[in-house]
Amino acid sequence: MEHSILRSAKTKSAVEHVMHMLFVVCGLIAVVAVLFISIYMVASGGPAIAKIGVWEFLFGQIWNPEAGTFGILPFILSSIVATALAIFIAVPIGLGAAIFLTHIADKKTGGVFLFIVELLASIPSVVYGLLGAMLVAPMIFKLQNMLSLSQSGSLLSASIVLVIMILPTIISVSVSSIQSVPKAYNDASLALGASKMQSIFKVILPAAKSGIAAGIVLGVGRAIGETMAVMMVAGNAAIMPSLLGPVRLLTVGISLEWAYSSGLHREALYGIGLVLFVFIMIINILLSFILKKGGKKS
Amino acid sequence: MANKIIAKDLNLYYGAHHALKNISMDIKENCVTGLIGPSGCGKSTFLKTLNRMNDTVPGVKVEGTVLLDGEEVYQKAVDVTQLRKKVGMVFQNPNPFPMSIYDNVAYGLRIHGIKKRIVVDEIVEKSLRGAAIWDEVKDRLKKPALSLSGGQQQRLCIARTLAVQPDVILMDEPTSALDPISTMKIEELMSELKKDYTVVIVTHNMQQAARISDYTAFFLLGELVEYGETSQIFSMPQDKRTEDYITGRFG
Repeated sequence: MEHSILRSAKTKSAVEHVMHMLFVVCGLIAVVAVLFISIYMVASGGPAIAKIGVWEFLFGQIWNPEAGTFGILPFILSSIVATALAIFIAVPIGLGAAIFLTHIADKKTGGVFLFIVELLASIPSVVYGLLGAMLVAPMIFKLQNMLSLSQSGSLLSASIVLVIMILPTIISVSVSSIQSVPKAYNDASLALGASKMQSIFKVILPAAKSGIAAGIVLGVGRAIGETMAVMMVAGNAAIMPSLLGPVRLLTVGISLEWAYSSGLHREALYGIGLVLFVFIMIINILLSFILKKGGKKS
Repeated sequence: MANKIIAKDLNLYYGAHHALKNISMDIKENCVTGLIGPSGCGKSTFLKTLNRMNDTVPGVKVEGTVLLDGEEVYQKAVDVTQLRKKVGMVFQNPNPFPMSIYDNVAYGLRIHGIKKRIVVDEIVEKSLRGAAIWDEVKDRLKKPALSLSGGQQQRLCIARTLAVQPDVILMDEPTSALDPISTMKIEELMSELKKDYTVVIVTHNMQQAARISDYTAFFLLGELVEYGETSQIFSMPQDKRTEDYITGRFG
């Protein structure tokens, strides 16, 4: 029989099998990496936190490794406040930009703008740090001089740099969720005698809200994890945060002292890493929850 | 019967494409006027000139006159939101907003500044009754509109249009996405609606035009070939092309 349908040496089953396994392995590498990071973070950060004491570690206000005091409340608060402030400024601007790109600008202008915005997302963070140190920080210095405060990097500078960094994320995610709102909704609204702005605010944005929320949460994730750019403008003093005073964020807390730390000090830095890791996990769980809820509706 | 809308020497261009050619047509008040013709003949385009929904298409140019109750629709002083309040529209595919049934109908009221709860409640009920869907939804007004069937969604869209109390209702192939039973319900509704409204309906389905419309206009390649009473158009067409189309020789 020349054309048998039975398995033979010629059939591709061996190749199929190998490729199948290869893809499974590729998939596993990513999962295993996350698994190892999780285990590693807990295993290396956990003991230090236990030794220092959970309460003293998370809510202690003094970070003084030489004296053996490891309180990271200033870092936690600085990270939260800097991120919250950045989101507070970036969301209205980002949403406004997304509305401009989708409903105000003509197609060509919108395309060019969006290309530039996406380019903004791929600039390395150290470059943002340089720009922040050259442009943003000096402006804040003037403000500090005016208020006769000492001139230093500050929470406000860090937040402004973060705003610029997370804008592309918020804009591009918002744009794609606004674009995915069916044109029929807009038509129906206009045909009822709604103005363009009424249609945008009462129909289009509500229909796109889960996507927009996802963009905001992604922005939070990016802001809270950012290290290099904020380190260059935040002043990095391990003290409780104030708007125009120097602050040290969680990420910076690790990277600043990593090179020379040892013993319990180094372990405490792992502990900071664990706290940061938990923050990021919470944000991601929140994100998938929002997306799932949005997906169910439509 | 009085003329509600008068179109005179109406030309429309999409860029270089001449989509409507010298259309002159009077639309009678409290009648159903059917617009028929093959795809791309300009019937939907003509419909959208009546509430200026063509304005949203880039590169569109309109020449000529459309009078609504004697007022020029294309003059600069026109507020299109007021025009569209007076000339409502139902689309080919049911397009309720992703909100509750109640909010869909109340939407038009709210954007026109009617927010008083008792007033809104009353008009929502009246509109849903007017669109013959009240009995099916009265117990679930807070449920999402998208949970309704296609035919119910389309009647909801009609109710949404009625809520802003228009004079004219434009319907762009309102039953083409629906099953026969839903289609029948909407056709029955139309003969009710013409008591209070002027209805202009685009349909791909000639039997539908014959069943529901008082006047029928036949469009071909952007021209209005023939326009008259439905009985006359279907029994004694004056133009050879109309006859060919209604007897199924093309289209």
